[in-house]
Amino acid sequence: MHDSPDPGDRRDAVCVVGAGASGLTAVKNLLELGFQVDCYERETAVGGAWNWRHDRSPVYAGAHLISSRPLTEFPDFPMPDTWPDYPHHSQVLSYLERYAAHFRLGEHVWFGTEVVSAVPTGDGGWEVTTQSTGGGSSRTSRYAALVVANGHNWDPRRPTIPGEFRGRVMHSSAYKDPAVLRDRKVLVIGGGNTGCDLAVEAAQQARQVWHSTRRGYWYAPKYVLGRPADQVNDRLLKWRLPLRLRQWLYRRTVAMTTGDLTRFGLPEPDHQPYESHPIVNSQLPYYLGHGRITPVPDVTAFDGSAAELADGRRIEPDLVITATGYRPRFEFLAPELLDADEQGRPDLHLHTFARKHPTLAVIGLVQPDSGVFPLAHWQSVATARWLRLRLTDPARAAAVQQKESAKPLASWSKRRVVKTERHWFEVDHLDYLRSLESLLNEMEPA
Amino acid sequence: MTAFDLLRFEDWTNPVPPADREVVSLLPEEDDGRPPLLFVPGLGHGAWAFAEHWLPHAAGRGFPAHALTPRPGGDLRAQVHDVVQTAASLPRQAVLIGHGVGALVVARALGRYPARAAVLAAPVLGGWSALGSALRANPGGTLPALVGGRLSLSARQLFQSGPPALTAEQITGYLSRLDPKPRAELLRRATPPRPVGDAPVLVIGSPDDRVVARPALDRAAAAYSGAPLMFPGMGHDLMLEASWAEPIDAILDWLTKQIK
Repeated sequence: MHDSPDPGDRRDAVCVVGAGASGLTAVKNLLELGFQVDCYERETAVGGAWNWRHDRSPVYAGAHLISSRPLTEFPDFPMPDTWPDYPHHSQVLSYLERYAAHFRLGEHVWFGTEVVSAVPTGDGGWEVTTQSTGGGSSRTSRYAALVVANGHNWDPRRPTIPGEFRGRVMHSSAYKDPAVLRDRKVLVIGGGNTGCDLAVEAAQQARQVWHSTRRGYWYAPKYVLGRPADQVNDRLLKWRLPLRLRQWLYRRTVAMTTGDLTRFGLPEPDHQPYESHPIVNSQLPYYLGHGRITPVPDVTAFDGSAAELADGRRIEPDLVITATGYRPRFEFLAPELLDADEQGRPDLHLHTFARKHPTLAVIGLVQPDSGVFPLAHWQSVATARWLRLRLTDPARAAAVQQKESAKPLASWSKRRVVKTERHWFEVDHLDYLRSLESLLNEMEPA
Repeated sequence: MTAFDLLRFEDWTNPVPPADREVVSLLPEEDDGRPPLLFVPGLGHGAWAFAEHWLPHAAGRGFPAHALTPRPGGDLRAQVHDVVQTAASLPRQAVLIGHGVGALVVARALGRYPARAAVLAAPVLGGWSALGSALRANPGGTLPALVGGRLSLSARQLFQSGPPALTAEQITGYLSRLDPKPRAELLRRATPPRPVGDAPVLVIGSPDDRVVARPALDRAAAAYSGAPLMFPGMGHDLMLEASWAEPIDAILDWLTKQIK
């Protein structure tokens, strides 16, 4: 491999963008169905977001999984059963490296190569222009299909806060090591999992910590009833307990352990449990109880050395970390190919299949209440089988497409979640996997 | 063929606990990229049964060869878990080779791990048919097990008598190492899961096997849309028989063709 495909027409080969977790599983599953695959990766190694050496990697020294091992691993390549319930990010990277080596995926990856544009050719194919990362001559190749797995946690969403701030402001993507927190007065903005993790790290290192959240959340502990909480939750789902009952159980469990967090000054959640992306953090209530974290509302403005809060208070941090998440970004694709809205959020069938381009799929663009890897795996299996069906039985493929396109959004994304910008691709892992399962069954030879 | 297996509540909510796994490994002098082989023994056998001949022979032919002893007291699910864990820990996609009940474990493991290829040797996929054969060949050793007593396997069940034959000492030695602890779940009728990935599957056996009857062998092969490769004159324990070299050579030849 790796000799130049000439004259750039790769015929039935599939182009995969990115060699992170989603890209790797896409490559593996496409190869398994007999496709030739060229995968382009801008970095020089696999692992994507999980590779802390990558400049776009959001991981920080203390990052651990928030979903437990069985709900995080690829369904056909388990993590070692001797690993902890919630592995460290460096273990996840070594897992991805072993996955790539085990299935010999590296042979199909062009490292240090960025995709700068991908344009449909009109007959279902794609013209993909690549370039050495950071410049160099470009090359254009033709592919039969395009599978995008460029990740969605690398383009920081920074809040616009009016006024000048004299201290240091950094996005959580730039936060790597707790050393920057030591003996500082730290304000962490953002109530997501990263924001909560950083507030806890700051509580262990900094002189003073404020944690600014817009709303109250339900903080799930990592363990309940002696098991990882997500495993207990899936047991309730297995028993098909109705949502109302699960919400009641959730509130009971919270009441019996950490209790009402408003007594620490947190706002009351404006939604029920299960109506936002789960925040899994056992230590936040602990440090609230120790008085090491002071909850504060929204930051409305900066004023010199001070931050003004929505309740009129002024605080004077010397380091502000904005853990305000990331935006999906597909700079090599015209937005209309993905039916993206003004914020760049694509509208895809099952968050995977482009509606007007049957040979374009996106892998891993979901935010489930479990790990993403299993979903990315099954998305890849479905994509590979879909692309093969198009080749072997176009008539059936058309029928499947017709049937799938009639499925309402609610059938695969039943979750009712708080209306915020970051919850647009929230899925319930069970509903979502059931939808993929039905698609896979539809594509089976009769 | 069973359906796709996306919802795995059992694995998600009640993962198999880790256990120390005995893996015997023999690596070839030079690694030229051949897939590693993972041998899975059947009822009462351990990694030793493969370490006797097949492991060194496979390593001699350039294949990294590993054999796994089932965890003591483990049920079928735990055994499948151990096979998948061991396979995934190898540096490359592994070939799973199961013998007897070990072939049932491999058939199940294929639903969890995309093996490079798989071989079911004298496979015991249906417990009832194996029980019937065992009652015919060795009623005295089998009947007590039905009422909760000990199961003992006999030389007549596992080895053939005609030339070339094992010596009496060899047979006594092998039999003394057997420790079969059958579980009732082996009698449960269950279709093996849909294999993940695209592993080619080879079924081998002997028409003179007194554990796996000919129809059972044909059924197993048909389930993977093939015909069994036969080694007439051999007993059930293909890897311990005096003519052990024939089946392993056939397996490795088949494999060499598959991985081209």
